[in-house]
Amino acid sequence: MQLDAVDRQIINALQEGFPISDEPFTEVAEKLALDENELIARLERLLADKTLTRFGPMYQAERLGGAFTLVAMSVREDDFERVAEIVNSFPEVAHNYEREHHFNMWFVIATENPKHIDAVLTEIELDTGYSCYNMPKQDEYFVGLKLAV
Amino acid sequence: MQALKEDKVSMLDETDRRIILATQDGLPLERRPYDAVASKLGISAEEVMQRLRRMSDDGIIRRIAAVPNHYKLGYTANGMSVWNVPDEQVVALGKQVGALDFVSHCYRRPRHLPAWPYNLFAMVHATSREEALEKVDEIARLLGEYDRGHDVLFSRRILKKTGMRLTP
Repeated sequence: MQLDAVDRQIINALQEGFPISDEPFTEVAEKLALDENELIARLERLLADKTLTRFGPMYQAERLGGAFTLVAMSVREDDFERVAEIVNSFPEVAHNYEREHHFNMWFVIATENPKHIDAVLTEIELDTGYSCYNMPKQDEYFVGLKLAV
Repeated sequence: MQALKEDKVSMLDETDRRIILATQDGLPLERRPYDAVASKLGISAEEVMQRLRRMSDDGIIRRIAAVPNHYKLGYTANGMSVWNVPDEQVVALGKQVGALDFVSHCYRRPRHLPAWPYNLFAMVHATSREEALEKVDEIARLLGEYDRGHDVLFSRRILKKTGMRLTP
C-alpha cells in the first residue's frame, strides 16, 4: 500500500465528516479540487486495500439499545491462556486485549439487554475464578480518529 | 444518562432501523449515495437524509466519516492512557484531552479503589512507543496539577475481536 498526497488529502478530509446532501461526493471533490470520479475511485481502492476500515455513518452502539461495558482482570501469567479461552468463549465478549499491566486482560461485554451484563460478569467470575473489575463508560468526550497521514 | 439513552432508543422506529441496517457496513460509493440507500428501502432520498440528520442531532450517529485503519497507516503503538483526575474537573478535562489530535477515544469510567484509582481513559495512537509516551507526557502537561497519577497500558495481543452490530 502506497499512499500519495491525494490519498492523504482524502483520508484527512473524510475523517472529519461527510455531508448529507443530494451529491455529497461532488461537494467534497470541489473542496479538494479533485474530479468526483477520481474521489470515488480512490475511496473504493482505500477501502479495498483496508487503508480505511469503513466509510459511512458511525452509529453509537449504546444508543441503538444495547449495553456495553469494559472489564479488567488481573490474571496470573501461567493461567492466562486458560482464562482467555474461557472469557473468549462468551458470545457477549466482543473484544478482548492482552495489555502490559498488572491488569493484563481487558475485554468489552456487549449485550442486547442492559440487565444481562451483571449475569455475564458473575458467570465469568465463577468460570475463571478471577474478579471482574467492571468499568462501564460514564461519560464520553470524544470517539474517532483524527490521524494526520 | 440512562434515562436519556432509553428515550433515544424508543425514538428509533422501524424505518430508522432499516436505514441503520442498510448503512452500518458503509455508504454506497455512488454519486448520489443517499438515493441509492433510499431506492433499496423503497423510500425517498429526502426521507433518508432527514432521518440521518435527525439521528446525527440526537447523537445516535456520531458522524458520517471515513475510519482509517491505524495499523495500516503506521500507527502501531496504541496505548490506553489512564488518569486520576478530580471528579469535579473530569468533564472539562475530558473534553480538552478528547480534542487532542492523537486521542481516538476519551471516556470517564469508575475507579475501583485501591486497586484502580483512574477515572479518565484516553486512547493514544502513535507510530512508536517513544512517540506514544511523549504524547502521554503532553496530556500530563495539559492536565497540570489535576494529574493525580497516571499510567499507560500498551496492548500486547488482540485475544478476540468481533464486531458489535445491530442484528436484523
